[in-house]
Amino acid sequence: MSITLSIIYLISTITFVIGLKMLGHPETAKKGNFIAAVGMVLAIIGTIFLHDFTVSNINYILIGAALFVGSLIGWLIAMKVEMTKMPELVSLFNGFGGASAMLIGLVEYGNNSGDIAQTSTVIAAIIIGSITFSGSLVAFGKLNGSLKDIRLPKYNLINNVLFLGLVAFGAYIVMGGASSTLLIYALLFASLIYGLLFVFPIGGADMPVVISLLNSLTGIAAAITGVLYGNMVMLVGGILVGSAGLILTFVMCEGMNRSLSNVIFGAFGGDAVVAGATGKTGGTIKKTTASDSAVLLNYANKVVIVPGYGLAVAQAQHVIHELEQVLTEKGVDVSYAIHPVAGRMPGHMNVLLAESNVDYDKLIEMDDINPQFPNTDVVLVVGANDVVNPAAHNDPSSPIYGMPILDVENSKHIIVNKRTMNAGYAGIQNELFFNTKTSMLFGDAKSALTELVSELKNM
Amino acid sequence: MNELLEFISNNLELIYILILAIFIGVELIKNVPSVLHTPLMSGANALSGVVIVGALLVMLKADPNDYLALGLGFVAVVLGIINVVGGFAVTDRMLQMFKKRK
Repeated sequence: MSITLSIIYLISTITFVIGLKMLGHPETAKKGNFIAAVGMVLAIIGTIFLHDFTVSNINYILIGAALFVGSLIGWLIAMKVEMTKMPELVSLFNGFGGASAMLIGLVEYGNNSGDIAQTSTVIAAIIIGSITFSGSLVAFGKLNGSLKDIRLPKYNLINNVLFLGLVAFGAYIVMGGASSTLLIYALLFASLIYGLLFVFPIGGADMPVVISLLNSLTGIAAAITGVLYGNMVMLVGGILVGSAGLILTFVMCEGMNRSLSNVIFGAFGGDAVVAGATGKTGGTIKKTTASDSAVLLNYANKVVIVPGYGLAVAQAQHVIHELEQVLTEKGVDVSYAIHPVAGRMPGHMNVLLAESNVDYDKLIEMDDINPQFPNTDVVLVVGANDVVNPAAHNDPSSPIYGMPILDVENSKHIIVNKRTMNAGYAGIQNELFFNTKTSMLFGDAKSALTELVSELKNM
Repeated sequence: MNELLEFISNNLELIYILILAIFIGVELIKNVPSVLHTPLMSGANALSGVVIVGALLVMLKADPNDYLALGLGFVAVVLGIINVVGGFAVTDRMLQMFKKRK
């Protein structure tokens, strides 16, 4: 490898570290993303022009074509996707990265000299790459709503046995030095199946955790291929993503007060529905109308809006901003309470509200807003459910027991906008709706809020 | 066992780098506010597209008559660059929205 290329890789590696660091702060995040992207472009261009292989023109033409086609596709998808679809997209892109590692492993297996260290890296790249690829596609389908949870009987046992089988199979190929291409395809196929079975039983609400975990795995796959080529930028870049992704996974689990093993093996939602159904959700609910709600909001001093994914689904993030502006003009103090896992991914709600120009300072995180609820006159819950379910505090039998929630029941009035009385994403009923302080404003978030805004304007 | 020890002594630098990189990754992410988790995951996802470098090496090394290696390499490059370009572009789009405040 030429010294110029080594230096370029070194620079790229540094930009990755700095970029990732800057991505962690709101003010510098955009610049950090740009810096990392520049480093990536450097690494790609350097690899193409500064290698020391003899390469025929056909290869160059094909590389150029592949880069062009892929960039175009990636760019178009990235520009067209709606912000509500962000988790699906990250999942899809991640699957592509995994598939890339899988294919590299497949080609390099044909080239390898039978050296044990080399063979094991190739085998590891194939196994991990395949698992991330098929797993990410399942996660994508689930978030998309096109795939449902599927649980085979004794799926935990089957999955664990299959995983051990994969490892043993891989070890057999490495140790036995069996260089049959057929075996490699069998291993690849089995890994793909494992990826499917791994993600299928995990409930939709836990998909963000799974995506983060799979993202971490793609990083590890990239690092392993880096070891294969003795390529530092791949190694360090991959490991950075691997460890960062893993930490992010744990942070997310913490936000839901669940352990990682509980997410993977727990099958949230299956037994949980039964447990929640027996919870104390009796009593009557109080329906309200847009005009009554408008009166309540108009004469409040302090209003807190709790947005949930239902808001995003109804594309009501712009209307809610309008509502906030109308109320602010009338002298009401309005802020938004953002639960760490509001939306489909941590921080997803912030992106959606930022898209509709909501002032960043008005978004208050859970720990800061919770002490303010006793002084809050009206809480408006829009399309959120599990994150305001008091069962997390007082019902040990509830599957979400112990999850930190927004303590909206401490405020003076609660208006909940929902389409129906259906249970939330976790599949459990919410006793908040039966609270005497709660009024239910049924209807699609967008039309209900639009009505609310026009009522307020007429006052 | 001897082979394992031999592997370790041959790749000692690599192992040092590996372990230090793990710690850097953990330290970088540990205290990130939850507001940024989505863009961060998306940005990290784009970074994992660094696997494209390996895909390019596959294509550079491939014999022009080895259609299998060229074909697989081609697909690997396409998928890898989608991950890179799409990942960075979409992260930028998300972060753009944070900046647009009055």
